[in-house]
Amino acid sequence: MEKAHAVPFESANIPAKQSKFRHTWREYKKSRYLLLMLLPVLVWYAIFCYGPMYGILIAFKDYSPVLGTWDSPWNNFAYFDYLFNQSPEFPRILKNTVIISGLNILFGFPAPIILALLLNELRISWFKKMAQSISYLPHFFSWVVLSGIVFLMLSPSTGPVNYVLGWFGIDPIYFLGDTRYFRFSLVITNIWKEVGWGTIVYLAALSGIDQTLYEAARMDGANRWKQTWHVTLPSMLPIISIMFILSLGGILNAGFDQIYNLYSPAVFEVGDVIDTYVYRQGIVNFQMGLTTAVGLFKNVVGITLVLGTNYIVKKMGQEGVL
Amino acid sequence: MKMTSGEKGFQVILFLFILLLCVIAIYPFIHIASISFSAPKEAGRFGFHWFPRDIDLFSWKQLLTQKKIWIGMRNTTLRTVLGTVLSLIAMALAAYPLSRKHLPHRSFYTMIIVFTMFFSGGLIPTYLLIRDLHLLNNFWVYILPGLIPTFSMLIMRNFFMTIPVEVEESAKIDGANDMRILWSIILPLSKPVLATLGLWAAVANWNAWFDAIIYVTDTDLKTIQFFLREVVVTSADAEIFGRVTGAANLQYETSIKAATVIFAVVPILIAYPFLQKYFVKGTMVGSLKG
Repeated sequence: MEKAHAVPFESANIPAKQSKFRHTWREYKKSRYLLLMLLPVLVWYAIFCYGPMYGILIAFKDYSPVLGTWDSPWNNFAYFDYLFNQSPEFPRILKNTVIISGLNILFGFPAPIILALLLNELRISWFKKMAQSISYLPHFFSWVVLSGIVFLMLSPSTGPVNYVLGWFGIDPIYFLGDTRYFRFSLVITNIWKEVGWGTIVYLAALSGIDQTLYEAARMDGANRWKQTWHVTLPSMLPIISIMFILSLGGILNAGFDQIYNLYSPAVFEVGDVIDTYVYRQGIVNFQMGLTTAVGLFKNVVGITLVLGTNYIVKKMGQEGVL
Repeated sequence: MKMTSGEKGFQVILFLFILLLCVIAIYPFIHIASISFSAPKEAGRFGFHWFPRDIDLFSWKQLLTQKKIWIGMRNTTLRTVLGTVLSLIAMALAAYPLSRKHLPHRSFYTMIIVFTMFFSGGLIPTYLLIRDLHLLNNFWVYILPGLIPTFSMLIMRNFFMTIPVEVEESAKIDGANDMRILWSIILPLSKPVLATLGLWAAVANWNAWFDAIIYVTDTDLKTIQFFLREVVVTSADAEIFGRVTGAANLQYETSIKAATVIFAVVPILIAYPFLQKYFVKGTMVGSLKG
């Protein structure tokens, strides 16, 4: 190799392909230190990100730990056939996942936008700062910590939430153990954790709005509501659409950390989602091939949704994420 | 700007509403702290607990004398420090080359890295890989699989891209190579973004709990979040609740759980002023498109 490069070529005579190769080689040589840095990074991505992707093969095989991923026999889509045509559980976990995520988007997505708009209207700046600091707090704790707190807060016998409901003559509700309230509890506790944190990107967008737009709107006689509707919201639309794409892409992520720490067999019927099912069946019950197939299904839907919404949002004239 | 009376009324209502939200955000922590210091009867009282009454330190004594709590703290501290430092180094090694326009095949490398944000092998294949790499029951399982958080790395790359090329060109004329430039020019200029991403990594490490459940069975390697879960979520920790010795700890279950939560929360509360300052900045940077 080295020798070939040492041969002097007249640049005009070299075939285009070879010249391109030589050009690339020179570029690589010039950037050798950069490439030296990048090399371990690429190795890491190959092992820890692309390695598991190779492991997806077992979704199509009768996986046997003795034979390994490559030598295990193909099973002719048996897992997918089972999941879509026979499994009593798959439709349930799919339905639960979509419903819980859907509720999270329906209520959890607008919540930080509304809170940011309200905070933006506050004229007392020290209070605004304090409110922001306080509202970020729950974001910094893991769902293990927060479940401990949520259990005590929502307890039917000692929890302050049921205590307050008692003022209105409502009997104590077993929020986390009652199939009627479990999903609702997930949505509310999720908002409690993330709403403050979620305001940050929107507040940043709000502070970037050109103030002369408001002045112009006021000149035209726009009241506060009209200013919000015609100036604030349109200015925030790009960031709102980006956040929306990201949340739609995660529609099959109903929130494993939260659900796994809050659910119990009593509410599996409404609270068991794809990720909790994969963990229980895959790791605890060793159904590895089947649950890999479930995971693959989830991933494919996820990436399709991201690309799809990204495409639609771009078509509508907004900026996408990609 | 002068306020009209309508404006004033609006401000008052808004103030009260936001105040209520703040109370809702912060009250649960006050509640738990109060209960952790309360005697069983008071801890079991239905209603609000704004401050501890009928003070009883038994739960805290019970918690702090558990050896495993300290093992967990040790392991969590270790993974947080090591994980954060190594993550920052690995992210810089990825971000710097990807930020240089003259890197050959730059968009190809960027693409194969960004792709992993949208598609992954999933839980089971990852587990099998970790098993095959002999990382089960190995401390490095806390560090290696999450070494490069791709989203953070891209934020770092975006920041590096904003540093003017002239700064490094003069160094190049003086004969510095790319590694030297990264170390002595780029990184010192990037302190705020390093602080932010470092804190992100630190909090993620501190809060991680799932890896200790799925990849580790050795009690000496478990993290504080794992023990916390055993106490407050599954109530599986027989020892702390005195089920083994038959001691009268059972009535203390609630306040022991509360004390454990507070114990795991305190380090984050202490770091909170820093966290806030830098976390917010980073989120702003992150909201810029790559």
